[in-house]
Amino acid sequence: MAVVEEFRHLRDARGTRGPRRRRTDAERKEERAAWSFLFPWFVGMVLITLGPMIASLVLSFTDYNLLREPSWVGVENYERMLGDARLHKSLGVTFTYVLVGVPLQLATALFLAMVLNRGLKGLAFYRSVYYLPSLLGGSVAIAVLWKQLFGVNGLINQVLGFFGVTGPGWISNPETALGTLVLLHVWTFGSSMVIFLAGLRQIPDMYYEASAIDGAGRWRQFRSITIPLLTPVIFFNLVLQIINAFQSFTQAFVVSGGTGGPVDSTLFYTLYLYQRGFTDYQMGYASAMAWLLLLIIGAFTAINFLVSKYWVHYDD
Amino acid sequence: MTTDVKNTGSVVAPRRAPGESLRQGRRRRGGVRKVLQHALLVVVGVLMIYPLLWMLVGSFKPNDLIFLSPGLIPEEITLEHYTNGWNGLTYPFGRYILNSAIIVLGALIGNLVSCTTAAYAFARLSFRAKPVLFSAMLLTLMLPIHVLIVPQYIMFTSIGWVNTFLPLIVPKFLAVDAFFVFLMVQFFRGIPRELEEAARIDGAGYWRTFLQVMLPLTVPALATTAIFTFIWTWSDFYTQLVFLTKPETQTVSVALRNFVDATSESNWGALFAMSVVTLIPLFVVFLVGQRFLVKGIATTGLK
Repeated sequence: MAVVEEFRHLRDARGTRGPRRRRTDAERKEERAAWSFLFPWFVGMVLITLGPMIASLVLSFTDYNLLREPSWVGVENYERMLGDARLHKSLGVTFTYVLVGVPLQLATALFLAMVLNRGLKGLAFYRSVYYLPSLLGGSVAIAVLWKQLFGVNGLINQVLGFFGVTGPGWISNPETALGTLVLLHVWTFGSSMVIFLAGLRQIPDMYYEASAIDGAGRWRQFRSITIPLLTPVIFFNLVLQIINAFQSFTQAFVVSGGTGGPVDSTLFYTLYLYQRGFTDYQMGYASAMAWLLLLIIGAFTAINFLVSKYWVHYDD
Repeated sequence: MTTDVKNTGSVVAPRRAPGESLRQGRRRRGGVRKVLQHALLVVVGVLMIYPLLWMLVGSFKPNDLIFLSPGLIPEEITLEHYTNGWNGLTYPFGRYILNSAIIVLGALIGNLVSCTTAAYAFARLSFRAKPVLFSAMLLTLMLPIHVLIVPQYIMFTSIGWVNTFLPLIVPKFLAVDAFFVFLMVQFFRGIPRELEEAARIDGAGYWRTFLQVMLPLTVPALATTAIFTFIWTWSDFYTQLVFLTKPETQTVSVALRNFVDATSESNWGALFAMSVVTLIPLFVVFLVGQRFLVKGIATTGLK
């Protein structure tokens, strides 16, 4: 919500500044004060963010293993990426994870937000229970739990066994390993749900009252009032969750013991990047991979913003 | 919206409008609907929480019983997993907890100080570079850490900071977590300007206005920042994995992960026990800080 609005304001505000004029003493004083407040942030921006970003771009055109000086290799890293089968595999795994996990998670979040929004008693309690997993979900401990939950003798197979079904080792089977991680992602729907709830609360009751007088049923209200008015929030959640999902790392790393296995079936792009950078110390190649990731995330976000014109309704 | 269910059965109005009985029927259906809704919500809630309880109970069950039944009531209770797990790695687990706590504390102070001042400038003061810098700040919200980590690693190696807590703390003093800057900007914007103007007329400088007038009003936002910083730093894994490779500097996340690799399949109890230990602080903070968390996500919309 808020972040997206900021970008829209910035876009709209472009070019509205007046002609440059001499500034008064008070303005100059304010400018100096502003910089004193901003100083730590600015240093961080230059040293921790912008500097490394540029360094990473430069490194991506070099061969560097931390021991010898970096040597310029031009676009060789990028060329090698074209023929790197594991990289292609990791892209496939990541895209599957993002394109299946994010919609599933958002649909779950939206559905439960809708159920919760009907003035039910105990809303705060349900909200807490659903929200808790999204707070814990990124931790190593939950990955440990997941590994055991879906293990050969794990909880899932115990329950299946109760019904006489012998389940496979979900984590050790390359067909199902990624699926367990998608499920873990869905399990953390709570934070999206809280955002949806906040969005639903913004829709004025009078729309529903007016439409009820006109004879609209619940389904019709959902389709013609709730969904259109909620599109900015859905859009916001979508943008954010896609950006986050592309960067998932911990769960795949812990569940697969850092390998991305079995048979690379959980080799997230970020995991492969880590292996190249911090196991093989191929800093140049890892940097090139990082920039591809940035481009992919940027492209997805840009497409999202472009397509949003056709389905997101803004009140103004 | 829908009225209370209790009243539906006892309507004794002598004269009924033509539409009345129909509406009553609808209300009764509404009652059934509510029961169904609660049933659904409870089932989903149990499904979500059960795995956590299973782990908690498992950490008290003898190893050979953990995987025998999916039930929650243990036949036998043992604390051996906690003692085994605590001493299962190079250092006692308390050492890793201490390391995590130091990093969390540093990050907490750093974020509270640096993000607040930066946000105040963005929210309230005017300066020429503001549109550019503000856009830059917003863009870094979406910047993957993976793009920065390799050069950061090279940089921190060259100044000897790898295997110290500095790479994990110092950047927080430089407001690199744009999320919190943005959160505070949103909050400052909601405070009426009159208060500051009054202070300025009384002759207070910018810093004094900020410290004495604005800061006391931002306590809820500071609390949100503190809680999120705690949770994210405590459960962070990626940067800790990269920057901390020596056992004596490792945090609970990294230690727990090493424990996974070092533990044989037969000793999951100890692993569960230490997982529970690392989750307890998160759970406590969640209980204490819930309302700030919910508000924080709802206003900035980040998790």
